Amino acid sequence: MGIPIEQILIQTVNGVVTGMILALVASGLTLIFGIMDVVNFAHGELFMLGAYVGVIILAATGDFWIALVAATLVIALLGATIYLTTLRPLLGRDPLYTILATFGISLVLQNYALWQFGPVARKIEEPFTGQFTLFYLAYPWYRVVIALLSAAIIGALWLFLKFGTWGIWIRATMQDRVMAQAMGIPVPWVLTAVFAIGAGMAAASGVLFGPLVGVNHAMGVDWVLKAFIVVVVGGMGNLAGSIAAAIFISLLEAYASLWVSPAQAVIVSFIVLILTLLFRPTGLFAPTPK
Amino acid sequence: MSPGDAAVQPLVKVDDIHTYYGKSHILHGVSLEVGKGEVVGLLGRNGVGKSTTLKAIMGLIHPSQGKVLFEGQSITHLPAHRLARLGIGYVPEDRRIFRLLSVTENLRTGLDRHGVSKARKTELLDKVYGYFPVLAERRNQAGGTLSGGEQQMLAIARAMMLEPKIILLDEPTEGLMPRMVAEIQRIIDVLNREEVAVLLVEQNVPLTLETSQRIYIIEKGLVRHHAMASELRVNDAVIHQYLGV
Amino acid sequence: MTRRRTTVYWTGFFVVLGLLIIAPLVLPEFWRRFLTEILIWGLLAMSSDILIGYTGMVSFGHSAFFGLGIYGAAAALLSVSPPSLLLALLCGLVAAAAAAAFVAYFSTRLRDIYFAITTLIFSQIFYVIIFTWTEVTGGENGLTFSRPPLAIPGIFSIRFTPDTLHWFVLGVVGLSYLLLRRITQSPFGMVLQSIRENEARTRAIGYPIERYKIVAVMLSGLFAGLAGVLYAVQNQFAAPDFVFFLVSGEVVIFNVIGGIGTLVGPIVGAAFFLLLREGLSRFFTEYYLIFVGLIFIAMVIFVPQGLLGFARRWLNE
Repeated sequence: MGIPIEQILIQTVNGVVTGMILALVASGLTLIFGIMDVVNFAHGELFMLGAYVGVIILAATGDFWIALVAATLVIALLGATIYLTTLRPLLGRDPLYTILATFGISLVLQNYALWQFGPVARKIEEPFTGQFTLFYLAYPWYRVVIALLSAAIIGALWLFLKFGTWGIWIRATMQDRVMAQAMGIPVPWVLTAVFAIGAGMAAASGVLFGPLVGVNHAMGVDWVLKAFIVVVVGGMGNLAGSIAAAIFISLLEAYASLWVSPAQAVIVSFIVLILTLLFRPTGLFAPTPK
Repeated sequence: MSPGDAAVQPLVKVDDIHTYYGKSHILHGVSLEVGKGEVVGLLGRNGVGKSTTLKAIMGLIHPSQGKVLFEGQSITHLPAHRLARLGIGYVPEDRRIFRLLSVTENLRTGLDRHGVSKARKTELLDKVYGYFPVLAERRNQAGGTLSGGEQQMLAIARAMMLEPKIILLDEPTEGLMPRMVAEIQRIIDVLNREEVAVLLVEQNVPLTLETSQRIYIIEKGLVRHHAMASELRVNDAVIHQYLGV
Repeated sequence: MTRRRTTVYWTGFFVVLGLLIIAPLVLPEFWRRFLTEILIWGLLAMSSDILIGYTGMVSFGHSAFFGLGIYGAAAALLSVSPPSLLLALLCGLVAAAAAAAFVAYFSTRLRDIYFAITTLIFSQIFYVIIFTWTEVTGGENGLTFSRPPLAIPGIFSIRFTPDTLHWFVLGVVGLSYLLLRRITQSPFGMVLQSIRENEARTRAIGYPIERYKIVAVMLSGLFAGLAGVLYAVQNQFAAPDFVFFLVSGEVVIFNVIGGIGTLVGPIVGAAFFLLLREGLSRFFTEYYLIFVGLIFIAMVIFVPQGLLGFARRWLNE
């Protein structure tokens, strides 16, 4: 059974698009884990709430870009609040408890969304329609924009981490939290900021992804799972690794859906995870451990 | 300055602190003082609580009893990052430089503070590169690629970026080649000239005797002996008694 | 344990047992069923305690063991006529054991958080397989089947009444508790706890901790599968929802609320959580889960040892 080359190329584009969004979600997750050893189960809900805030602000202002920025800021603030109230008290303890706490938070947020917005999916309109011809398909411009914008956001994050005082503070705290404190770095604020940044990025992904699917209270659940797989395959705490892993896995899944249904295509990510755990548990894309 | 000089308030005063590690009682009531610009040595065998004392001063652990005072103010329960800003620099055992950050970035962790002008930052950077030309050569290299001796220098330089009033040095010569020991001595002299006080924890007795003005000897979580270095240089029987060297 | 404590413990045990036996005779149907369900979820949570509370391995994989127990039993009850309880038990346990073996293999190679996330993803793998393999598993809609009689082939066979079913479940759960208690107090159990306290030291002493971990996972998986079989018999349907990782999350919640490392704590935790959910759903029909979640978070922060945590040492003697 020969698959026409056009289909493969189209799936490549699709894979990259989904991969970039996944990378955006996973970056926040891996940063949070890298700096405070917290497995944030509620990350998918931050994604979902970002999408909802986007819906609301879009309805109020009619401007997609304002909605995107506003959702990012609002959810970043929510993230900071969640961290300060729930996670900070638990930092010194057994990591099991932070996992449970974030699990509880995800329960609360999901049901809050269900209560406030109801079970019917909402729609975010794309900021512009319009398609171009990709081989025999009319391919929406918007999808390409998503990929570019995600790349831009991740690029901005990288620049922020590389230069700038806060970037150095974050990287130092990730490597040695105790010594960072001894150097006068305000570690409690750094941790709050990282959680907020992670939350904001998840929210941005939610708004960007919104037009592709419906926005509903359960949309975060699948993403959090996939994001976890990406984070483990990429190497926990390894930003570049999780981006590479996100694209890699999304591409594989896109190709797989040429043969099987999308619901079954997810098995690909599971297989990649298992292989990674068997042969390179620190991460497929992580530098080889010393 | 002689012990018991009450007219001048000490820079750092540790007053009868007790610390625990789980159920283990580590410090049983340690008291000591460091005056402005002084070099004070802390000698003792392994595991007696020397590092723990430094950590307590740095705010990395908090004593369950007793007080730590800095310039007369109680800092016992303040978090470490506040203390670093107040003027306490810390150079831990095994250095703990940020391996994935470059030399410059390592220095910047101490340099990037409130209220320090860009000009001042450049000044400080130039000064420290002047003291440590090896670091200047490697300024863009990752900290982890430096040799042991270079990492030790970086750790001290990094602490100096805080413009501290006192630097807590935990076993700086450990694991270093003998010629590096002379380097460390030179650095302590530099600090002394800059009027930065030094609390030096060491196993290297000769170095400590040479550079310190006063020496405390700790054993089993308590200060057992306290004397001027000048006395101990002449009569080191006490040192042999406690350190068995 | 001192003589007095033993007496107190066993008196307490028999009092509770007695209450549970009388319960179906005095409770209205709804609550009778509710109680039976609490026991089944309690058994599931108890099986998870072996890993979390005694070996120190946090697992989110119990929905897989549970779900496979249900589907295994379903397979037996659908393929053989008349439906056989023993066959259902056998198939359910074998299916759960297979999943446990799979997870056990990885348990020895991964530490803490990696293990937890991996077990979670494994649950999802089973979920996806069950959800999409519609021909065999009924996919989204699941399977329905009839309840088997309580039978020993050739000797007797009686249909379950709601009361006898409750007593049967109570019997199984009670025996499971006693058996697990015996195991945790045995030398084997002591080694598990030592692994929880300090894995490196236990290994250094010379114990092959990989083998102990594998056995712990298998044990945990078997009892979880048993809970699944009971669930299938009680409710007569199987659905992929039970294999979804959220179920595992709930199980861990029961453990923590009740108190890990106590065996009976998780059962109490299950009861507390399910009652809370039931109660709140009557007051706040729409958003009661929000309060449940908030209460849970508060407990994690302020009462991490769980409801029975204070009695942990006592319950283990």
